[in-house]
Amino acid sequence: MAPPVPAEVAVAATKSFIGLLLLAVSVNLSAAVLPEDRSDVMFHRYDGGGVTVDGPSILVRKSIGQSVSVSANYYVDSISCASVDVITSASAYTEERTETSLSADYLYDKTLMTLSFTKSDESDYLSETSSFDISHDMFGDLTTVSLGYSVGNDDIKNNTDDSFSARAKKQYFRVGVTQVLTKNSILGVNLETITDEGFLRSPYRSYRYWNSATGTGGSAPEIYPTTRTSNALAFSLKYFLPYRAALSGEYRYYDDTWGVKASNVEIGYTHPLERDWTFNIHYRYYNQDAADFYSDLFTRADEQNYMARDKELSTFMDHTIGVGVSYEFKPEKWQFVDRGSFNLELDYIKFDYDDFRDLTVEGSFTPGDEPLYSFSANVIKAYLSIWY
Amino acid sequence: MTRRLIHAGMVSVMLWTLTACSVEPWVKPYERANLADPIMSFSPNPVAKRYMDHIYEVREGARGATGAGGGGCGCN
Amino acid sequence: MLKQKHSAVWIKCIVFAMLFGVVMSPLLAAAPSGPAPDFTLKSRTGENIKLSELRGQVVMINFWASWCGPCRQEMPLLDQLYQRYQPMGFTLLGVNVEEDSKAAEKVLGEIPVSFPVLFDNRNQVSETYQVSAMPSTVLIDRDGNVRYLHKGYLPGYEEDYQQQIRELVRE
Repeated sequence: MAPPVPAEVAVAATKSFIGLLLLAVSVNLSAAVLPEDRSDVMFHRYDGGGVTVDGPSILVRKSIGQSVSVSANYYVDSISCASVDVITSASAYTEERTETSLSADYLYDKTLMTLSFTKSDESDYLSETSSFDISHDMFGDLTTVSLGYSVGNDDIKNNTDDSFSARAKKQYFRVGVTQVLTKNSILGVNLETITDEGFLRSPYRSYRYWNSATGTGGSAPEIYPTTRTSNALAFSLKYFLPYRAALSGEYRYYDDTWGVKASNVEIGYTHPLERDWTFNIHYRYYNQDAADFYSDLFTRADEQNYMARDKELSTFMDHTIGVGVSYEFKPEKWQFVDRGSFNLELDYIKFDYDDFRDLTVEGSFTPGDEPLYSFSANVIKAYLSIWY
Repeated sequence: MTRRLIHAGMVSVMLWTLTACSVEPWVKPYERANLADPIMSFSPNPVAKRYMDHIYEVREGARGATGAGGGGCGCN
Repeated sequence: MLKQKHSAVWIKCIVFAMLFGVVMSPLLAAAPSGPAPDFTLKSRTGENIKLSELRGQVVMINFWASWCGPCRQEMPLLDQLYQRYQPMGFTLLGVNVEEDSKAAEKVLGEIPVSFPVLFDNRNQVSETYQVSAMPSTVLIDRDGNVRYLHKGYLPGYEEDYQQQIRELVRE
């Protein structure tokens, strides 16, 4: 069966979406609430696989009157990149990406509507995404139904080729339900379908090929399909323990028309210590089966219609273990601030690839015999939050 | 497959809300003390969560259903 | 063939939406009436307070909890109403619905009020009054009948409370 064309999928999803929207607003039992007023200033740093990315992320959110809340987010990635992708076909580089978002929430009677706009800007990639989300609390606040739609337009350039210019368009369809199960537990279910159209690969990456009979080979720019449709279904659960602590669990299943199949599971434990301290520990496991047109090594140029050597489309797994600590305070000096918290979170992520090879390892290898790639990354988040 | 999944998802949600509306709420509003506790929130720190979702989305093939809105970047 | 399938789902969605509106409206329209169920609860000062003994006064019962933001927001305003109308035969009972009263005492330390605060630790009164939102405010007239019910609190509600208290106090 041929994969559905993105336009058809989009139409089907939009119609179902509107039907559900009508459903949501026709039932009015109790009110939703505006998000809390808050500001967060975070320093983030990712260091792994030859890549270091750090920078700030600043969020400010304020409500205006009783029905409107607006927020702005400013985020920067300062990138120093000497990753395995880059080293084998290009030279190390530094780059800066800035992402700004603005959003407005409107609470009308019993429904919360959110409009947001995000712009991500770097030297060779400009992405602008607009989103509309609607959520509705029903049934004595035990059930919340939410729907969302986003559309993004990307402009892609090539830093090594001024004449290069390409575009991509993405559409996102989301539906979610959160359901209170008992006095101590709540379940969330989220479904999201994303359709992409246009230039969907990196302009810098190549696939490689090797003919073992003749002992010759080479590399050529990747060739990708111009469409991609994906589905992701996630379940999240939170459970309250009687001595005041929380357990959380999440499972997500993913597949798409490129043949990528993946699933991840995460468990976490949050434990308030003493009066103002909170401690958190979590573990996440992710595993993925490669895209249909992925191969670390093809046997000849133009072996297939589509060929990719992007390690993100390969067969691999990753494990994350993370801890976090938070200290809450009530400042008396700053009149306008109700409370605040200092937070520090550390994560360690280990990636292990099954069919992507490390070409940076010293020594001479017959193509295809290089060791499989693996790397680990450390992530730091340090942030101050205030509520007012 | 995708269309069927979308329809299945939509119909499930509709059935869910249908049954929800015809059954008495079994957790009364005055019994929600534990659920209202900030440690029970799915997203108590939106900035940190958004950042972790981004880290994974850039390095993994999967995307979506993380509870946030869309957004792209040229992160290779 | 595909187009027919899409229309079918589309129509189903609209029908469901309308059915819901129809089914739910009678449930929403129901208003409280009739005699207010009697109860006895222990107050913060230690004595028991029985609702029927307050017959002859206008009684406002406010169901609240420490973890409920709007509840805390409205408490100082309720205190103002209590102080203003008490001389005219009005009383306000703040019924805390938590099993453990410690958190409630902490809030009362931060937001002191002069009206009686009662503890419904076993949620018997909340159930009898079918409390379906937090906070919930019930107004009872001098004959002991329920006259008004407010679910939740939004700034501006206190104007309605004042109007209704004035009306009931004049009876």
